[in-house]
Amino acid sequence: MLSASRASRAVWLWMIVGLVGYFIMPWYILEDGFFSFEWLDGYPFDTDYAPAAFLIAQGEKLWLAPLVLPLLLPLVVIGNKDRQRFSTLLIIAGSAGLFYLFAQGFAIGIRGFNAEWLGVLFGELGDRQFGFGYGAVLLCVAFLFYLTTGVAARGYINGDVFVVGAIGFIISIVAIFIFFPIAQMLSSALRDNDGVYSLAVFVAKFSENKIWGLACLSENRGCGVAWNSLFLAVIVGAATTVLGLVFALVATRSGFRYSNWLRALTVLPIITPPFVIGLAIILLFGLSGTITQWVAGVLDLQPSRWVYGLPGILIAQMLSFTPIAFLVLIGVVEGVSPSMEEASQTLRASRWHTFKTVTFPLIRPGLANAFLLGFIESMADFGNPLVLGGNYDVLSTEIFFAIVGAQNDQGRAAVLAIILLLFTLTAFYAQRRWLGRKSYITKTGKGDGGSHSLMPRRVMWPCYIIASIWVIFTVTVYGMIIYGGFVETWGLNHTLTFKHYITAFAVGVNDFGLHFKGSAWDSFWTTLKIAATAAPLTAIVGLITAYLLVRQNFAGKQWFEFGTMLSFAIPGTVVGVSYILAFNVPPLELTGTGIILIISFVFRNMPVGVRAGIASMSQLDKSLDEASLTLGASTWRTFRKVILPLMRPAILAALVFSFVRAMTAISAVIFLVSAEYNMATSYIIGRVENNDYGIAIAYSTTLIFVMLSAILLFQLLVGKTQTTRPLTQSRTNVG
Amino acid sequence: MSQSELKSRAASVEFRDVTKKYGTEVTAVDSVSLQVAAGELVTLLGPSGCGKTTTLRMIAGLEMATQGQILIGGADVSRLPATDRDVSMVFQSYALFPHMSVLENVSYGLRASGQKKKQCIERAEHGLDLVGLAGYGARLPSELSGGQQQRVAVARALVLEPQVLLFDEPLSNLDAKLRRQVREDIRDIQQNLALTVVYVTHDQEEALAVSDRIIVMNNATIAQIGTPRELYEQPADRFVADFIGEANIIDAQITAVDKDRATVIVGNTSLQLDARGLTPGAAKLAVRPNRIFIQTPGDDAAGLAAVVEKATYVGDRMEYKIKTELGELFCTSEATDQAIDTGKHVTVQFDAVGPVLLPRGS
Repeated sequence: MLSASRASRAVWLWMIVGLVGYFIMPWYILEDGFFSFEWLDGYPFDTDYAPAAFLIAQGEKLWLAPLVLPLLLPLVVIGNKDRQRFSTLLIIAGSAGLFYLFAQGFAIGIRGFNAEWLGVLFGELGDRQFGFGYGAVLLCVAFLFYLTTGVAARGYINGDVFVVGAIGFIISIVAIFIFFPIAQMLSSALRDNDGVYSLAVFVAKFSENKIWGLACLSENRGCGVAWNSLFLAVIVGAATTVLGLVFALVATRSGFRYSNWLRALTVLPIITPPFVIGLAIILLFGLSGTITQWVAGVLDLQPSRWVYGLPGILIAQMLSFTPIAFLVLIGVVEGVSPSMEEASQTLRASRWHTFKTVTFPLIRPGLANAFLLGFIESMADFGNPLVLGGNYDVLSTEIFFAIVGAQNDQGRAAVLAIILLLFTLTAFYAQRRWLGRKSYITKTGKGDGGSHSLMPRRVMWPCYIIASIWVIFTVTVYGMIIYGGFVETWGLNHTLTFKHYITAFAVGVNDFGLHFKGSAWDSFWTTLKIAATAAPLTAIVGLITAYLLVRQNFAGKQWFEFGTMLSFAIPGTVVGVSYILAFNVPPLELTGTGIILIISFVFRNMPVGVRAGIASMSQLDKSLDEASLTLGASTWRTFRKVILPLMRPAILAALVFSFVRAMTAISAVIFLVSAEYNMATSYIIGRVENNDYGIAIAYSTTLIFVMLSAILLFQLLVGKTQTTRPLTQSRTNVG
Repeated sequence: MSQSELKSRAASVEFRDVTKKYGTEVTAVDSVSLQVAAGELVTLLGPSGCGKTTTLRMIAGLEMATQGQILIGGADVSRLPATDRDVSMVFQSYALFPHMSVLENVSYGLRASGQKKKQCIERAEHGLDLVGLAGYGARLPSELSGGQQQRVAVARALVLEPQVLLFDEPLSNLDAKLRRQVREDIRDIQQNLALTVVYVTHDQEEALAVSDRIIVMNNATIAQIGTPRELYEQPADRFVADFIGEANIIDAQITAVDKDRATVIVGNTSLQLDARGLTPGAAKLAVRPNRIFIQTPGDDAAGLAAVVEKATYVGDRMEYKIKTELGELFCTSEATDQAIDTGKHVTVQFDAVGPVLLPRGS
């Protein structure tokens, strides 16, 4: 049978990959990184750089020897006609290989055996090992695909090697990079400072007064951080929802000619690093802020630090997240079929009555959705509270200080992270379970002629007023950001200067050619490099996941979907904490590398790629895939030749947005950066902490413009694709 | 060019007790057995939701049978996915790849099967020639009319010389005038190349016109298999009688059966009809609307007394709804110039050969 030979070919391919991993690539992680090629010096005999086979040949790390058995086991059955035997042996080889690989990895660490009972059982080892390197990873990949090919040969999903492999791959990486770190964090929260498991310690840490205290109700003291976060998130969720609705109504139903310009606002949060709004708020309302000084002058008051704390965070988050609510609600408001409103009007309802009884009830689920999104964003926000928090502690910053501060209490950070995760997951769960079923989006695509009726007048005017105030405010804030970079010292000396830009981005010429003298260049190039590496990986993982979700049916698909979208609800600070807890020891020893940054971006931004992929793939007629299949193309060929080319706009969108999001991310990054791999955002935060606002603002402005040009370039490219291929049935839909 | 000549490798299709279930609740196809001989054009006909498209997709391998065996050319392909079956399909939406030129579309399957590029192009061009689109290869599908796109889809499926060619409602996106033309083209190609074709439609006229045999499906099972004439003139049951061209189902009484002829009393008239194995007693009679003759009184013909309830002029004929002692009847008349007004009293006669007895219990 044809598919049998396809499975055999797959086994050959993965065996070669495994052999390369075992015999050629350095087995352990390389301190200077793979691409420095430092390791070529001494390869293949130096035990730090040697492949597994060379280690064993030299009598080192003998526990790696058994791995060769499962690697070569498929040779027995390759090309075998008996599918049952073929699949059974592959499944055995794959799972035994994976099991042994991880078992030895977890059992033997940098201090020999990781657990005492192992030493008792096998005798003292007197040897140690570091984290997995490329060799181990390749072997791991080979075993994984042995397993999936074996499962496919069993007839799962019509025996489709590619689809089963893709499912196995996505499940594995989600398990390793989302679930494993979270599990590590849980286990770390359950241990006391000596590493002994203790429920009492956990309960004590969990119910601490600093977290749940209600002092603010009775006396003039702060409440616990959990209440602070919750209170803030509820207000921000509600406020952004109201503002978002106002904007959505103005944009779609005011008949206001330039309302399309409002849509440009939705780009702002994407290209603005999260703490930049906070910086602008300081420039306006801080102790030496423009407005504070002006008001103090006019009213003859002592300028105060009132903005630091709840008011400041609130303003900054409302500015940051209103566009997100707007983006959600504009879809909802447009989704209400005009024919329903027209029907209502022909039934003699007035505009106000129609709005009250038809339009508003239809968009109500969308409002709840926007509220929950705002809630999650506010909970997860790290940059603004860090810059503006003052004495108002919230969970996300508290986690950070538990780790980097004098306390360095990982257990406490883990407990706080779990509380934060519980809040966001509850909101996420509510959003999916409760609202998933209640969507009233009435757009069907056909027979929905007519245009939206205008708002009733008594709704229109308040909307106009609120929207105008907000637009003026936003423009001021962004004006401040640009202007602030050119001011000598804010509040003291308002002389215009290029000083900050020169300090950050000076370029000189020396004997070796161009020389990037500015202090920001290092982090800038690192950021570009890491964001540019993460973007294609995010797009690939996102699109494959989207393909599986839209085009394939398999048991447990809902869980698969939930797992892949879950990382959306995991706040960056939680990711940061869980990653340093999970990935600082072998076998997955990644802290301090650029790889951990890339991985964190890939999984943080995966939902963006998945949603872009789902949106565009659902618009591709499924019969295109089926036509390709009945013409004898395999699913892999179909994916490559039919689906991918038609999804070019979605791929570009996923690329650009994961790139931009990687450039603006701060919350997870700040835990994961190292001296060697410093990112732009953490560099800026460092400047802010030194009260070096000039450089911080100049750098932020530069980032905003870099990302703006990335997005404009993208629009240009997508526009072009659509004119050359007019029939491309897909529409870009960046969700 | 002899090398690129399209050959027929037509093979038979057989279903043995095939069942398709979605989840545990929905049974789309319920233990269906059928046979399609090599070189035959068989239509699956039925109302929407009857399981005809699922049946077609199971032949293609796009759906897997829950139970039973599917054989193509005598080989069991039940577990084989679409990719590995030697079957091509023409889709309702044509499913032309919008990012590929016409030639790339037609040669797609040849390329996928690993043939040399030059040979692929040669054969694809021959395929386009066959459907009358030589010289259109460089265009994008969007630059063709609906009918031309349809023919590209046919060419794309043909050039693979499949054992079985499947059509899923291929005419439903064409306008009425084009339908007849394309239908005849498909039939010509099928007969010239002696292809095995399975064709799905819900349009009974299209099915009657194009098929060697028709399989009528209803509620996930086969209602009747037969040639177009058999289905129309000897429907197996009430459903088939009514679905293939409308029919009036009338209560009748068989008074006597002599050899194969039955004497049937309907109201006050008596007919001599094919007995179809029935014995005397109560029976149902199916009568096509054009087999009922309607006359104005004064023509002094015997027959059933009736009143015209509604008369509708539809261009080439008159449609009447009349009320008789047997219930309401629907009949047509080509005498549009002598239309009968609503409320008129008329007499009704049945054609001597048209009416057909339905088996009991149907």
